[in-house]
Amino acid sequence: MSNLVASATARAAERGPYIPPRTSPVDQIFVEERAAALAKRSIKKATKVAGLKLAVRMMDLTTLEGKDTPGKVRSLCAKALRPLEHDPSVGPVGAVCVYPNMVPVAVDCLRGSGVHVASVATAFPSGLSPLAIKLDDVRRAVGFGADEIDMVIDRGAMLSGDYARVYDEIVQTKEACGHAHLKVILETGELGSYDVVRHASDIAMAAGADFIKTSTGKVTPAATPPVTLVMLEAIRDHYYATGKRIGMKPAGGIRTAKQALHYLVLVKETLGDAWLTPELFRFGASTLLNDVLMQLEKERTQAYQGADYFSKE
Amino acid sequence: MTMQKTAQKKAQITPRADAARAPAGPALEFGDAWTYAPAPEARDHVKLKGRYDLFVDGKWQPTKKYFDTISPSTEEKLAEIAEASPEDVDRAVAAARRAFDRVWSKMKPAERGKYVYRIARRIQEKARELAVVESLDGGKPIKESRDVDVPISAAHFFYYAGWADKLGYAFPGANARPLGVAGQVIPWNFPLLMAAWKIAPALACGNTVVLKPAETTPLTALLLAQICEEVDLPPGVVNIVTGAGATGSALVSHRDVDKVAFTGSTAVGKRIQQALAGTNKRLTLELGGKAANIVFADAALDQAVEGIIAGIFFNQGHVCCAGSRLLVEESVHDLVVKKLKDRMMTLRVGDPLDKNTDVGAINSRMQLDKIAELVKSGEGEGAERFSTPCRLPQKGFWFAPTIFTHVTLSHRIAREEIFGPVLSILTFRTPEEAIEKANNTFYGLSAGIWTDKGAKLFWLANRLKAGVVWGNTYNKFDPTSPFGGYKESGFGREGGRAGLAPYLEIDG
Repeated sequence: MSNLVASATARAAERGPYIPPRTSPVDQIFVEERAAALAKRSIKKATKVAGLKLAVRMMDLTTLEGKDTPGKVRSLCAKALRPLEHDPSVGPVGAVCVYPNMVPVAVDCLRGSGVHVASVATAFPSGLSPLAIKLDDVRRAVGFGADEIDMVIDRGAMLSGDYARVYDEIVQTKEACGHAHLKVILETGELGSYDVVRHASDIAMAAGADFIKTSTGKVTPAATPPVTLVMLEAIRDHYYATGKRIGMKPAGGIRTAKQALHYLVLVKETLGDAWLTPELFRFGASTLLNDVLMQLEKERTQAYQGADYFSKE
Repeated sequence: MTMQKTAQKKAQITPRADAARAPAGPALEFGDAWTYAPAPEARDHVKLKGRYDLFVDGKWQPTKKYFDTISPSTEEKLAEIAEASPEDVDRAVAAARRAFDRVWSKMKPAERGKYVYRIARRIQEKARELAVVESLDGGKPIKESRDVDVPISAAHFFYYAGWADKLGYAFPGANARPLGVAGQVIPWNFPLLMAAWKIAPALACGNTVVLKPAETTPLTALLLAQICEEVDLPPGVVNIVTGAGATGSALVSHRDVDKVAFTGSTAVGKRIQQALAGTNKRLTLELGGKAANIVFADAALDQAVEGIIAGIFFNQGHVCCAGSRLLVEESVHDLVVKKLKDRMMTLRVGDPLDKNTDVGAINSRMQLDKIAELVKSGEGEGAERFSTPCRLPQKGFWFAPTIFTHVTLSHRIAREEIFGPVLSILTFRTPEEAIEKANNTFYGLSAGIWTDKGAKLFWLANRLKAGVVWGNTYNKFDPTSPFGGYKESGFGREGGRAGLAPYLEIDG
């Protein structure tokens, strides 16, 4: 244990002392007002259909339960590949997101489809394990074939002011990812204020995150429109400063098609056209897909269909 | 898949022409990767009359002349409106006097309050109709008339209804009595809301009113007259006389008017003050402005940019308290301007009835000409202009959201009220310089301060010569909060407890 700490400290010393970037303060009232104002955009007809189809392709279809089995994951993968049996123009989803032990099953089901396999790692969801174990978790998930890694930051370190440690762990996780894309989960519901969310976003991007992500889905509140807006604004400033486009993934609590469209509006009016792609925006969701499909079918047939007309998985 | 391709292709398009002036760095692209389909608010539930007479003594009374009111977004004729002659104004004032003497001043205050409450409730019931008509007649986006004008109008009536039987508590120990007949002239930028600001406190305090709406936006005041009928307000308590400047002039100079309340331009306000000199009429004026919106480097800049947008593009900048002079700390000037331009690219200009419209039509051709003239002057004086490249409709009166950088205090666009979607951007170095520049205007209606430091905010607020100072927000209105100006922005306060005083004789 003390060896691990010593080696982390030594690595930090090699990089020089960590200086937190000068992060912009966030005004809670006005950022919430802006998010609420964008929720009033009226999204109808062709816009709605295009938005919902895009949302399907942006979805990280997720199952993260202790009772997950190969059977469950295979079933989820089938849904991911062909969300609506009779309409091949819908989907496939962006990725399937599972625990490391389920990665081989997902890889097997999705091979050649273009659907990514994402794995949570780094002692998800708390992240409160020794760094060596967290890094090993990442390497093994990548070894199983995951091409996207969803890591969690050490919120304890963030809240106790040990920003260097938060930064350093992300840098090392990124190294451990190799070619896999890294999504950094801030767990915004535990950070307490938009200022800390903004600071954590800046640290994650500086440390090499490909995506920043709101939540594990295990903590309430999970993703909200204002917290997503704060992170999108951080991404915008990072783009202004570096020209690098970082992706965004709100996760948890997004259950309805209407919510999904609201998030797309936030992206469109904050970061513009370039981010309206699964390469740069994802939804982390387990129950959103069928509501989106139901709305798509409603637009196509002009009538709502019962829930049992849509496969659960 | 096509959408994704379009998005990637769009991102490669060369940056906008102005990017050379922006700080180095990549530009965002706000194109048509995912466009919003039209979402027009229905208007078929609105039944306008072909012709509106004068509302005098509780009846609709014809007159000799009529004029057209048009929609500034399409130039379609909406209705014919009576043009009140001096004789009509005379009849209206006489009706108001009778109602004051015989009914309104004798009514128990609690009963008076009930009528004001009923008006408030009826406004809520007819909110959709009022919002649509406000946007049709005035050109403002439906989201603003729906979410701001109409609900705050109702809120004013609710708020002042509560004061009607509590005036003794507003001015403890004093005997507060109504003045009599109030002659009120209101502008075209917030037609229903200004009518509410004027009528609600006047009625609650026991006065009767003759109100003249602006000639380009008379319809919602006439719908308010219908509401007065529907709630059985006693005849003559509220009279609406439509017309232009001559009608307004006849009203404010009428010998039997006890109190004049005017909201509008400083030039007209000065003429009214001159006309009233030497009379015993009470006067309140709410006039123009050239507010400083001050952004410090330590502010939450993304939210400050939202505040800048709200300050100048709300209601097409037809706002007397608009944040039309942006004072930004020099160290963050380039960044703020870059963010502001990107944000402006997302502004949706067009059909006021579309629920996604952010910026509507300019209220009249006359106002459009005035804006265009001042913008031309800004270009001539060497300021640098940026207007969003939005497609403007062929018919109607339109002006693209515009900002000027490199503006100095001596430019006309930094001194004169433009009353349109045009922002002048200046810089400052220290808080002292910010105060000096903010106060260097003959107006003094409002100001905004954006800083993360509470102490700095209050230090500045105490030194700004402006009636309303917003901290980390802008263009927020509430009936409980007094509103009014310093210097040539006028005198008297509307809203809150302070808004009662101009309508009362207070002895003791």
